[in-house]
Amino acid sequence: MPMIELDKVDRVFEVGDEQVRALDQVDLQIEAGEYLSIMGPSGSGKSTLLNLLGLLDRPTAGRYLLDGRDTTRLDDREQALTRGEKIGFVFQAFHLVPRLTAAENVELPMVLAGIAPGLRHSRVAEALASLGLSDRAGHRPDQLSGGQRQRVAIARATIMAPELLLADEPTGNLDTHSGDEVIEVLEQLNASGLTLLVVTHDPQLGVRARRQLKMVDGRIVRDERR
Amino acid sequence: MRASDLLRQSWLALRRAPGRTALLLLAMAIGVAAVVVLTSLGEGARRYVTGEFASLGTNLLIVIPGRSETTGGAPAIFVGQTPRDLTLDDARALQRSYAVRRVAPVVIGSAAVSWGGLEREVPVFGATAELLAVRHWEMGSGRFLPAGDWDRPSSVCVIGEKLRSEIFGNTPALGQWLRVGDRRFRVIGVLGSEGRSIGIDVQDIVILPVTQAMSLFDVPSLFRILVEATSRDSMDAAARFIRSTVAGRHQGEEDITVITQDAVLSTFDRVFGALTMTLAGIAGISLVVAGVLIMNVMLVSVSQRTSEVGLLKAIGAPRRQIVQLFLAEAVLLSMFGALIGLAAGYGGSALIGELYPALPVGPPWWAVVAAVVVAVASGLVFGSLPARRAARLDPVIALAGR
Repeated sequence: MPMIELDKVDRVFEVGDEQVRALDQVDLQIEAGEYLSIMGPSGSGKSTLLNLLGLLDRPTAGRYLLDGRDTTRLDDREQALTRGEKIGFVFQAFHLVPRLTAAENVELPMVLAGIAPGLRHSRVAEALASLGLSDRAGHRPDQLSGGQRQRVAIARATIMAPELLLADEPTGNLDTHSGDEVIEVLEQLNASGLTLLVVTHDPQLGVRARRQLKMVDGRIVRDERR
Repeated sequence: MRASDLLRQSWLALRRAPGRTALLLLAMAIGVAAVVVLTSLGEGARRYVTGEFASLGTNLLIVIPGRSETTGGAPAIFVGQTPRDLTLDDARALQRSYAVRRVAPVVIGSAAVSWGGLEREVPVFGATAELLAVRHWEMGSGRFLPAGDWDRPSSVCVIGEKLRSEIFGNTPALGQWLRVGDRRFRVIGVLGSEGRSIGIDVQDIVILPVTQAMSLFDVPSLFRILVEATSRDSMDAAARFIRSTVAGRHQGEEDITVITQDAVLSTFDRVFGALTMTLAGIAGISLVVAGVLIMNVMLVSVSQRTSEVGLLKAIGAPRRQIVQLFLAEAVLLSMFGALIGLAAGYGGSALIGELYPALPVGPPWWAVVAAVVVAVASGLVFGSLPARRAARLDPVIALAGR
């Protein structure tokens, strides 16, 4: 059974009088542990696909099975719970909470999940250490470099030990060096079993993935394995 | 999410925007302080007035002609004619009980008084020697009306201190002949300046022997009879005795009203209690205004933190948690605001107490409880709209920062 199964998924936005078909009859199967990149021009629907896979958005038509479960039938609370437990997000803009320290940002998903403070602290320390951020634990986002911020965001995305990591232009706001570091971290996570899906404009980044999707006008026009 | 984490997250959010937080705390604090100070003033006025009444003379019963079913107030004076007059003989009859210590018949009118070309219109009391003791007045100089036979129409009078200074100036008043209406009376005493009586300025009156006043005003009846019971415990016995005695003298009809000090006190108590409630209500409005302000600022804060809300949703917060986070902020604000307001209110009321020592200020407990409850409730009510708005945000749009 594939981990992710999309079955004729449509996602239609109403923009004024017009209907924009961001996803058009998308069929997709992803096995656990895969490393995918999704490439394509702006407006091709790759971010919409990512949001939909991350349960931030719902399909207009079609089915999305995650671990064999039809996610379109989940209510808000169940969806939120699934996001918290199974899915991690890494954003181009990092989305760290500015008033919280690096450690507190990493801790946040566990706070929401109601995990005991003692356990939280040891897991945060471990996660920061594995990303080489131990000495930055007490720093706030504005005191960190871009690469450090994204690594904190990755620590936050993985702290709940999700099965699926969704990265939307993870290197888009970083210089080449920091970008490479971040990608290496993500690939290491994939190597340890995490399913990794990266949306990017950057062909150099895209070709690193073992499976490469290309999207145009809401359709998957190419699906290559390397 | 744990309650302690919820509070901590809200606390961090509040601390991050100190200006905004301080402003909202101030608004809420002003509301609560206003309730505390205003009700404390109202309560002070109530205690002051009831205290004044108590000092008028305890064990006092007031007999008014005319029957009334209600207690308190002065019904018979305004409501039609009484079937029978209260006479001096009625008053005399009231002296014959162990429960009664003193009886003071009173007639009240007003007349022109003049001396040496100066003339004034002043209230005139017709009274007997007993009035001084019943009312707990003090003499400034000279003596009060002579004790003894009420019917003897001696031509003497006692005047208030203010009247003395305005009519006689520096001339010694005692022994002077004062014209009241068409008669002349020798001034034998001046009331002390500390004498007071609710409703009438005792500084500005003339007191004549009761029979003189009755014939001056040409009235056959008394305005009222003041009766002092021998003790607080004999008040009821005295009231019963007064009713049965007057009824016996008035062909079995109970056509008088007996007001006890307690009834008057409780009336004033109610009046000032209502006043305090009104003040609390008016001040309470400012709490609601503070709530609206919290709503406004929270709405702005939600729109500033849109992407944060999106992130919270992405990392696993359901709508309910988002609502909780923002509500907790509003409640924390209103609670801390209320605490600061309580401190300020108690401080302010203590300051008023320092400035006006005569006024026994102090907020009533119900106003303090109500202020805090209304403050927190308004935080909850007005915080819920922004919280719901935050929870309803579409995470995709929120994360995109649009």
